[in-house]
Amino acid sequence: MNWLAYASWSPYIVGFLIGVLLCFSFLFSNRGIGCSTAYAKTSGIIEKLIRGKKVQKKEYYKKFELKFDWEWVLVFGIVIGAFLSSMLSGTFKIEIIPKLWLKNFGFNPFLRIIISLLGGILVGFGARMAGGCTSGHGITGTSQLAVASWLATIFFFLGGIITAFILYYIGGIL
Amino acid sequence: MLSQIRKKKYLQLLIGFLIGITFGFLLQKGNVTEYNVIINQLLLKDFTMFKIILSAILTGMIGIHTLKKLGYIDLKPKPSYIKTILIGGLIFGAGFAILGYCPGTVAGAFGSGSIDAFFGMIGLILGAGIFASIYPKVKNKYMKKGLGKVTILDITNTHPLSSLSIFTISIIIILYLLEILGK
Repeated sequence: MNWLAYASWSPYIVGFLIGVLLCFSFLFSNRGIGCSTAYAKTSGIIEKLIRGKKVQKKEYYKKFELKFDWEWVLVFGIVIGAFLSSMLSGTFKIEIIPKLWLKNFGFNPFLRIIISLLGGILVGFGARMAGGCTSGHGITGTSQLAVASWLATIFFFLGGIITAFILYYIGGIL
Repeated sequence: MLSQIRKKKYLQLLIGFLIGITFGFLLQKGNVTEYNVIINQLLLKDFTMFKIILSAILTGMIGIHTLKKLGYIDLKPKPSYIKTILIGGLIFGAGFAILGYCPGTVAGAFGSGSIDAFFGMIGLILGAGIFASIYPKVKNKYMKKGLGKVTILDITNTHPLSSLSIFTISIIIILYLLEILGK
């Protein structure tokens, strides 16, 4: 079981196993793997706690029940799974500023946290507008050869590549 | 047997949790829970993320379409609203590069100890909430016309096997090229 302690596996093996996992998800749960719904549910649940039952009447929240269900335990599972993997390989590390960020934008934890919040808002908004994320569209949808998902995935990476180049090349010079 | 399993509520939660644990484990072993790996992918310097996604699609595509053909599963393609997919996709992409994680990998990054990922997750909840508030407007403006829940197999007139073969061969060629170019 030594391989469980490896810090990294071949991307092809990881990809293959994710593909197999996706098939299991379809077989046993009649659905694909998607992560962004869980965040929308969490926001609805929190809003309901603050503002009461009328939140349930919001048109968007009528699309799904506001409770912790399959999608939610999936994302919770990801946290646990990554924790186990990083513990087994000894790569678990409490870190606020990633290496690459540190090299380009310096040591400023407050800046990194604000930028993470902002980036997260865009990701959450964009994922819900596009109807899915890198897993729901990028793996589950593309595997089914869904038209929407191939388009969405191309635009995820197009937007990502353009923004990363602006941030790291133009932003790095300034 | 399968329909029995799919109906059991608590068993389903357990299955979802186990799939999540496995997925998070794999993302971490694939190193895509690391900010550096994702940003270097977007800067086109390290192709780990493309390799993982493409081999997942290759395996998933063959597996899912085989299971469908055998009658074990139904496909669940998402509806195609071109405008929201393009605008939402680009906004997602911008956030993806700014945060350095996507909705799945951000959870894995948090599990591996990244504190910035935790704030990213809070941002994601806020962003999803903002979208929920303006959803009626977006729906009226951009979601009137759509192609519906279609797959590439539905809109091409060829035999499904030929489309699947084209995708299989293309993905293998792209992976091969990435492997050569990466050296």
